Amino acid sequence: MSEYIIELRNVTKSFGNVNAVDGVSLAIKRGEVVGLIGDNGAGKSTLIKVLSGVHKPDSGEIYLRGEKVNHWDSAKSRHSGIETVYQDRALAVQQSITRNIFMGREIQNRFGFVDVKKQYQEANRLMREIGFTSKVFDPESPVATLSGGERQGVAIARALYYDADLIILDEPTTALSLTETNKVFSFIENVRAQGRSIIFIGHNIYHVYDIAERFIVLDRGQVVLTSDKSEVPSAEHLIKTMHDIARMGHAEMKGAA
Amino acid sequence: MSTQSIDRRKGRDEVSSFQKWLRNNRRVLTSAAFLVVMLIAFTLANPSVFTQFKTYRAVMIALPISIFLVVPLVFVVTAGEIDLAFPAIVGMASYGFASIIDVGGNPLLALIAALAIGLLLGFVNGIFVVQFGLSALIATLGMNFLLRGLINIGAEGFSIALPEIRGTLFHTLLTGTTFGIPNQMFWALGFAIIGFLLYNFHKFGVHVHCVGDHPGSAQEMGINVKRTRIMVFVFSGLGAAFAGVFSVMINFVWWPTTGDGLLLPVLAGIFVGGTPAWGGIGTVLGGVFGVSIVSFIETGVIAAGLTGFFTQFFYGIIIISSLIGHRLNGERVR
Repeated sequence: MSEYIIELRNVTKSFGNVNAVDGVSLAIKRGEVVGLIGDNGAGKSTLIKVLSGVHKPDSGEIYLRGEKVNHWDSAKSRHSGIETVYQDRALAVQQSITRNIFMGREIQNRFGFVDVKKQYQEANRLMREIGFTSKVFDPESPVATLSGGERQGVAIARALYYDADLIILDEPTTALSLTETNKVFSFIENVRAQGRSIIFIGHNIYHVYDIAERFIVLDRGQVVLTSDKSEVPSAEHLIKTMHDIARMGHAEMKGAA
Repeated sequence: MSTQSIDRRKGRDEVSSFQKWLRNNRRVLTSAAFLVVMLIAFTLANPSVFTQFKTYRAVMIALPISIFLVVPLVFVVTAGEIDLAFPAIVGMASYGFASIIDVGGNPLLALIAALAIGLLLGFVNGIFVVQFGLSALIATLGMNFLLRGLINIGAEGFSIALPEIRGTLFHTLLTGTTFGIPNQMFWALGFAIIGFLLYNFHKFGVHVHCVGDHPGSAQEMGINVKRTRIMVFVFSGLGAAFAGVFSVMINFVWWPTTGDGLLLPVLAGIFVGGTPAWGGIGTVLGGVFGVSIVSFIETGVIAAGLTGFFTQFFYGIIIISSLIGHRLNGERVR
């Protein structure tokens, strides 16, 4: 078995004339936390949507645990042990918490009927684990009645449910309070402790620097820098590098030694 | 995720399990209540008619046709689509059914052929809307004209009378009478129960909800959005085929206009029944109540001593007031 969970080789994805992802190669190792950073429009979200199967790449190859993948979509990605918490949270707000947690991967019998009772119990257990102790809502409550932080909780609970090998978090702390942000961080610590991998996408470089052990910097659809944490002395250093990239289109990691 | 802040939020008090049940079923309960209130009003207006069983039996002769149509249409509307082609699919499927029996074919074979026609035409609608990206409203409206046009070209105004099926086993099973109730009512209710189970407890129904609620989220979570959207049109075609077959079996005649008058009453039934037009939620049983409400209006208006000229006016009154009732009873959340 390969040491990589997933590997992209020279992947491109365009929308009209915009090359959102322009020849990206990267590989995610088992048990590592990777920070994916880049300015607005750098292609972060498109890249993770290629990883999660929402977008089919125009060209390039995807290797899953060392084996080349021919047909790639969201269902395949999830069944391969990759769970994604999308920036928009990917919830259906009129549906219950339970239905959202199991959306696309319902617990079903062989006739396709959903095991409503089992799903309810599992959703209930998950909600307790993630810290929903309130009696105001239950697994049957529609997601529309939840606050932004609680909705993020549902999205994360969903990613947690299927012991995924790789969890992709796209801007998970956006619009969250400090307490809620800390909860997301402790969640990431837990996942890391279990030896699973995480890709963390964030605007806040301090957050990313604290959490990640390797950084991938994107600019205009291309990987302009891949660097271990040991090579980056501080978050400020990372920010300065990002500024250099924005100004010159490339950067070199100097002064790390 | 912070629990202290949750409990302080306004309007989010802890509720009993009965209140939860009310909350989860309020749309179907509203339409059921509406039907009951309407029947009480009709009974008060004319006790002698509405206390007789034969009044209800008269309504139950044709009501099943609307039930076969409304059940899949609730799926269509929940998925965020609309199907205006179902009257012509009723016509097409029943055309095939009546033609096969007319030339001496086996009724069972004719039934299977009708269902195949319904499924195929529904699939064609689905392909137009989903693969070609046409507006469901306009594409199915166009298909309704196109298919009705084909019927007119083929039939040249002639109907097909099938008096010979009266009294056959096929007729007795489908549209005979059991304990004074037309058999088609049992078939239609069976269809509605299957629809109810699919809608609420089957993967297909769950996916229909998610796709209608937020297609992007459904896609990101690995639901095959395109297939789900096509399937609701296929299901609608199946319901239309059943409606067409039963229409012929009830009347012993196929007309080139068969199905034409169903468009507006059945559509009204969906929304009166509590399925909102914006997608993501709905109720199959509410739809059954909805078409029942619409079916009783005509009988009730006449029985109450008003002339037939009042029927459309009361359709309007009841559609508008039921929508207001659903809105007052549950806020729109998107």
